[in-house]
Amino acid sequence: MPESTVILDATAIQRALTRIAHEIAERSEISTEVVLVGIPTGGVPLAERLAKVLSEIWKHPVPIGSLDVSMHRDDLDRRAAPKIHPTVMPFDVTGKTVVLVDDVLFSGRTIRAAMDALNDFGRPKKIQLAVLIDRGHRELPIKADFVGKNVPTAPEEEIRAQLGKMDEVILERK
Amino acid sequence: MSWTKKHLLDIESLAAEEIVTVLDTARGFKAVGQRAIKKVPALRGKTVVNLFVEPSTRTRISFELAEQRLSADVINFSAEASSFKKGETLKDTALNLQALNADFIVIRHSASGAPHFLSRVLGAHVINAGDGAHEHPTQALLDAFTIRERKGTIEGLNVTILGDILYSRVARSNIWALTKLGARLTLCGPSTLVPKVFEQMGCRVTHDVNDAISAADIIHLLRIQHERQRKAMFPSIGEYAQLFGLNKARLAQTKPGALIMHPGPINRGVEIDSQIADGERSVILEQVTNGLAVRMAVLFLLNGGKGPLEGMTND
Repeated sequence: MPESTVILDATAIQRALTRIAHEIAERSEISTEVVLVGIPTGGVPLAERLAKVLSEIWKHPVPIGSLDVSMHRDDLDRRAAPKIHPTVMPFDVTGKTVVLVDDVLFSGRTIRAAMDALNDFGRPKKIQLAVLIDRGHRELPIKADFVGKNVPTAPEEEIRAQLGKMDEVILERK
Repeated sequence: MSWTKKHLLDIESLAAEEIVTVLDTARGFKAVGQRAIKKVPALRGKTVVNLFVEPSTRTRISFELAEQRLSADVINFSAEASSFKKGETLKDTALNLQALNADFIVIRHSASGAPHFLSRVLGAHVINAGDGAHEHPTQALLDAFTIRERKGTIEGLNVTILGDILYSRVARSNIWALTKLGARLTLCGPSTLVPKVFEQMGCRVTHDVNDAISAADIIHLLRIQHERQRKAMFPSIGEYAQLFGLNKARLAQTKPGALIMHPGPINRGVEIDSQIADGERSVILEQVTNGLAVRMAVLFLLNGGKGPLEGMTND
């Protein structure tokens, strides 16, 4: 039987997002240059919620996009072909500060693929990374700029971030 | 559903869920075709050989562009320029391509079963781009994609395939794909080209064109395949046009939202009137655009390894 622990509940998730939004606001000199890009599936609702908090801080709407990275992965012939999610980039990223948003940062390979995919849409001024959970075990020189919570894990453990009706992040030991 | 097939040889052996996986994946690739940069690195470093032993223009071009947009290296091998003229067998040609470490072979052949044969003797992924009168799976997938995109669903739709069914691999693949996805099929054409035996595939067979098209949501027209007919199967092209061609009067009897499809190349004035081919009901050119997306999706899915999908969200 896998053993599950709740590591973030709904209140803690909202608090983490509010803090990340304030950190993004603090780090951004020109608020109108910031766009949020969620990585499906987990990053998309997070980007939407971050945009909501940020737009309250900045008093203007913050553009959001979603970027599917599956065609840019480095392991496409090593496991079953991934499901492709919609990519929606309703703005030109050139000259923008793009904050990539994902739920869990693990090996860093998704983020590498995301940076590669993002290049096809233009040349951002800066790319930053915001994640709800950093669980360690990086395989690439990638580091998040904004982290909700650092969670030390064993590689075989799984983290499930459920966002929506039941906001919670669960750590599963097998 | 995750894709586990190594080859795409026919639609007959695919499950409905597998067909849906291709269509869902193709949706993502269609969006790539609408970007400023239409190329993705998914097949970088892979070699694809287009082995077209039977002449083809549109399918070959569509595959070639699909492969290039996935960043694969592409070799084109056509019957006219190849060693087939010098008497080499298909097996030997294929083994030579394998010796060059080809990862994918896309084959078009006049003999039914040629792709299946290659899949048994080669280690590469084999994609059937049309084998004799047997199957043309990517055509059926792009047709299903087009129908689903326009109509939202395929289940419960009335689809009529009109024309040369007997010699048509497009018809066979479409019959398999669309019946698996829950459509009701009607086949129509001259009795010599639409034998009753097709009822065994779960289709309704009629030789009355008005009966065939009046309730149809989709009218799929097929070209008369002169090249595959051993002798004249009907008196004349003129008579065919008169009895089975889709003209203005016949179109007026169809349902208002009925779509006109054709795998191309079209023969204007034979199976379809010129104005209808260019008209608002026609999705013939959308089929071409969607074909590119569907072929990219097929290559992408076949390229996937056997491993599990777990952990994909956790990195």
